[in-house]
Amino acid sequence: MAKLILNRLSKTFDTGGRPAVHDVSLTVREGGFLALLGPSGCGKTTVLRMIAGFEQPTDGSILLGERVLADANDMVPPESRNMAMVFQSYALWPHMSVADNVGYPLKVRGISGEKRQAKIREALAAVRLGAYAERRPADLSGGQRQRVALARCLVTEPDVVLLDEPLANLDRHLRQEMEETFREFHARSGATMIYVTHDQAEAMALATDVAVMSEGRLLQIATPEEIYARPEGRLVGGLVGLGAILSLPSPAGDMRVLDWQAMLAALAAGSEGPKADILVRPQDVEIAPEGAPATVRSVLFEGERYALRLALPDGQALRAFSRHPVKVGADVGVVIRSAWRL
Amino acid sequence: MTRSRNRGNSQPRWLFPFVVTVIFFLSVLPLGRLAVTGISSALQGRTAELLADAAVWRAVYDTLTTSFFGMIAAVVLGGGFALLLTLFDIRGKTALGFLFMLPTMIPPQVTALSWIGMTGPSSALLKALGLAPPLGSPQPLYSVSGIALLYGVQNAPLVYLSLRAGLLALPRDGVEAARLAGASSWQVLKDVILPLSLPGFAAGAAIAFVSCVGNFGIPAILGIPASIYTLPTLIYAKFATFNSGTFGDVSVLSAMIAILSIVGLTVEERVLRGRDYRVIGLSGQVAVFRLRNWRWLAECTLSLTIFLILVMPLTALVASSLAPAYGVPLSLSTVTFHAYEEILFRQATTRTAFTNSIALSIGTALGLLVVTVLTGYFIVRGKSRFAPLISALTEIPYALPGIVLAVAFILLFAAPIPIVGVSIYGTIWIILIAYFSSFFAVSLKPVVSAFRQLDPSLEEAARLSGARFGRRLADIVVPLVAPAAGASVILVFLIACNELTVSALLWSAGTQTLGVAIYNLDDSGSFNLASALSVLVVVMVVAMMLVLELMAKRLPKGVVPWRS
Repeated sequence: MAKLILNRLSKTFDTGGRPAVHDVSLTVREGGFLALLGPSGCGKTTVLRMIAGFEQPTDGSILLGERVLADANDMVPPESRNMAMVFQSYALWPHMSVADNVGYPLKVRGISGEKRQAKIREALAAVRLGAYAERRPADLSGGQRQRVALARCLVTEPDVVLLDEPLANLDRHLRQEMEETFREFHARSGATMIYVTHDQAEAMALATDVAVMSEGRLLQIATPEEIYARPEGRLVGGLVGLGAILSLPSPAGDMRVLDWQAMLAALAAGSEGPKADILVRPQDVEIAPEGAPATVRSVLFEGERYALRLALPDGQALRAFSRHPVKVGADVGVVIRSAWRL
Repeated sequence: MTRSRNRGNSQPRWLFPFVVTVIFFLSVLPLGRLAVTGISSALQGRTAELLADAAVWRAVYDTLTTSFFGMIAAVVLGGGFALLLTLFDIRGKTALGFLFMLPTMIPPQVTALSWIGMTGPSSALLKALGLAPPLGSPQPLYSVSGIALLYGVQNAPLVYLSLRAGLLALPRDGVEAARLAGASSWQVLKDVILPLSLPGFAAGAAIAFVSCVGNFGIPAILGIPASIYTLPTLIYAKFATFNSGTFGDVSVLSAMIAILSIVGLTVEERVLRGRDYRVIGLSGQVAVFRLRNWRWLAECTLSLTIFLILVMPLTALVASSLAPAYGVPLSLSTVTFHAYEEILFRQATTRTAFTNSIALSIGTALGLLVVTVLTGYFIVRGKSRFAPLISALTEIPYALPGIVLAVAFILLFAAPIPIVGVSIYGTIWIILIAYFSSFFAVSLKPVVSAFRQLDPSLEEAARLSGARFGRRLADIVVPLVAPAAGASVILVFLIACNELTVSALLWSAGTQTLGVAIYNLDDSGSFNLASALSVLVVVMVVAMMLVLELMAKRLPKGVVPWRS
C-alpha cells in the first residue's frame, strides 16, 4: 500500500461544456479516510470514477505510490487496480447468493476451496451477516445489502476502497448504524478510503480528511476540525457546518479570527468601505441585553435547545441557539464571541 | 493511436473491429452489391428495356393496389381491435389480443392456404357442411381483392400494435381533465383520444403498407394461379425463366420494392417523430370507458371477427389436411391421417425440409445470439459515436422485404467467393447467411433492451473485482440478460422456421425449407399435404408464442413483439 496522489487532474467529457473536473491536486496518505464533499454535479463522483478507472482523465495523472495508474495517454484498467468500491446502488449481482457475491473477487483471482470459504466467512462475520450467506440479495433489506457490498470490498484486502454516496438510499436510523460500520471497517482494514458524499455531517463524522469541491474545482482539503474552524472562502463556509455569513466592512489588519471587540467595531462601521465575508457559528452567538440589536425572525424547538433565526438592523440574517424560549418578533441583543473571516 | 486506446471503456480492443466486420458482411456488402448491379444495369440500358415491358408496370400497379387496399383492411381491423381492447371494458382482453396477434406470426403462405381451404368449390370444410359452391365456380380469393383481404388480415396486428402503443401512452389526467370540464365519453373520445392517436394510426398504416409490398407468400399462392403478379412474385418468376439479363432485371425490381418500402418507413418515422406531446402528464394507465349496454355487442363483434379471420380458416386448414384428396368431401367415414403420415414418414422432401428448417433456425438463432450479445454490448456500453449508425445498419436488412435481401445475396454469391474460390450458391450456407442478415435486428432488439435495463454498476463492480471482459461476460452480463437472450432465440427460431420469402429464391434441390415445401406441395396440387404441413407449422407457432407469453413477465418491455 502507498499514498494515492491526484496530480492536476482534469476531465472534460466529449459532450463538451465546461470541464467536469478541473485541475484537482490532492494526496491521500496511506490508510487515510478522505471525504469528497460537494453539492451534486460538482465533479466529486467523476473524480471517484477516475480513481477507479472507469473514466480516463483528459489531463493530469493519478498515482498510487510510484505507480502511474492513469494519465491522458494511458491507464491501468479497473480490473488490475486492486481497488474496491461500494456503489450507491450497491451493485450486488442478483443471480448470485450473498456468499458468491462476496467471494467473486476471490474466484476471479483463482482462490478456491476452503481458503475462499474461510475468507468469505470472515468477511461476512465482519459485517455481521454470517447467517445470510446462502440468501439472495433480493431477500435482504437495504442496510443488509449495503453490508454485503462492504464485505465484498473486504475480502481481497484492496489498496483503496471507494464509496460512492453509500448512505444516500438509507433511512436516518440505518445511516448512523452504517457510519459506525464504516469506521469499524476503516480501523480494521487499514485501507485507504475515499468517500463521496454531499452530506457534510457524514463527511465530518467519518473522515480523517475532507476535500470540498464545487463546479469541478477543489476548494479546500483539511481535517474535519480544521475545515470547520477555518474554512476558506464563502462556498466552503456555507457548505460546512451551520452558520451565517455576514457581509461587513473589512476589519483592520489581516486578522482572521475576530473577537467581540472586532465584531462590534465592524457592525458599527456603517456601510462604507470594502466588505469582507464573515462566518458566524450559532454557538458563538449569545443572547445578552448588552449586545448589538437584532430581531427574532423564527424560533424552532429542537429538544435540547431553541434554534433562532435573527435579523440585524440592516436585514442580514444570523443564527443563534438559546436555552430559553424567545418570542418571534422580539428585539434582543446579540454578542458574537467569535467569528471567522472567510 | 492514443485516442483509440482504452479510455475507461469496458470493451476490449477487438470488439469494435468485430462489430464493424459483422455489420459490413451482413448489411453493407449485400445491399451495396445490389445497388451496384442495379446502377450498372441501368447504365447499360437494360433498364429502359425492362421499364418498357408492360408486365412490369402491371406488376407495379397490382402491387400498389393490393398493398393499398390491404393497408385499408389492416387499419380497419387492427384499428378497431386496438380501440376497443385498449379503451373499453371488454372482457377477455388478454385472450382476444393474443388471438388477434396470431396471424402475424403465422407464415403468409399458410394463411393463404387456410383461406383457400375455407372458400371456393373444393373446400373440404364447406363440402362437409354442404355449403360449397358448385364445381367449376371460380375461387374468389384468386383475385386482387382476395390478396388485399389477406394482406389486411396478416398485417392488421401491426396497426393494432402501433395504435395500442400510442393509446397506452395517452396521458390519463388529460382524459380526466376533459371529463371534469364536462365532456361526455363520446366527446372525450372524439376530441381528445382520436386526435392524439392519429400518429399511431398513420404509423401503423405505413408499416402495414411496407409489409404488404414485400409480402411473397400470399400473392405467390393467390396471385400466380390467376396470373396476377406483384413485384416480389415477378422477381420469383424472372428467376424461374433465367436468362442473361435476369440479374440486372431483378436488381432493378428489388430497387423498386426497396424504394416503396423506404417511402413507407420514412412516413412512419416522420409521423412518430411528431409525437412529442405524449410524455406530458401521467401516462401508462389508460382511462377505461364503460360500454354499458353496448358491451355485449362489442364483444360479439370482436369474437365473430376472430372466428372469421382465425378460427374458420384454421378449421378449414385442418379439414383440408384430413380429407383424403383435394375436393373429396370430408365426413366421419372419409377422415384420414394419410396426409400427416405421408409428410412425416414417406416423403423425403418434406422430411428434408423439416431437417433443413430446424437446423437453419437453430443455427441462426444461436449463432446470431453470440453476435448480437457482443454487438448489443458495443451499442449500449461502447460510448462510441458510431453506435447509432451501427444500430441503424442492423435495422435495414430486416426492414427491407425479404425478397430484396434474397436478391442481394444471390448477386453477392452467384460467383465463387474470391480468394477462397468456393461457391456457396445453391448450398444451405447461402440461406444461413441470408437469415443471419435478415433476422439480425430481431435477435438484437431483446438483447439491447436488456442491456439498457442493466445497471452499469453491476459490471463495474465486477471490473473492480478483477474480472476481465470475457470473464465478466460469462459470469455477470450473460446470466443477467439470459431471459431476454432466451426470448431472442425463440423469436428468431419462430420467424426463421416459418420463413418463405428468402428461401424461395435461395433454395435448390436438397436445401428446401418448410416454407418452400408448403409452397411446392400446393403448387404441385397436393393441397392436402400442404395443409397437413401447415397445420404442423401453426401448432409449432402457437406453442412457441405461448412459451414467450409465459416468459413475458420476466422480460424487458418491448421484447415480445405482440405485447405492449
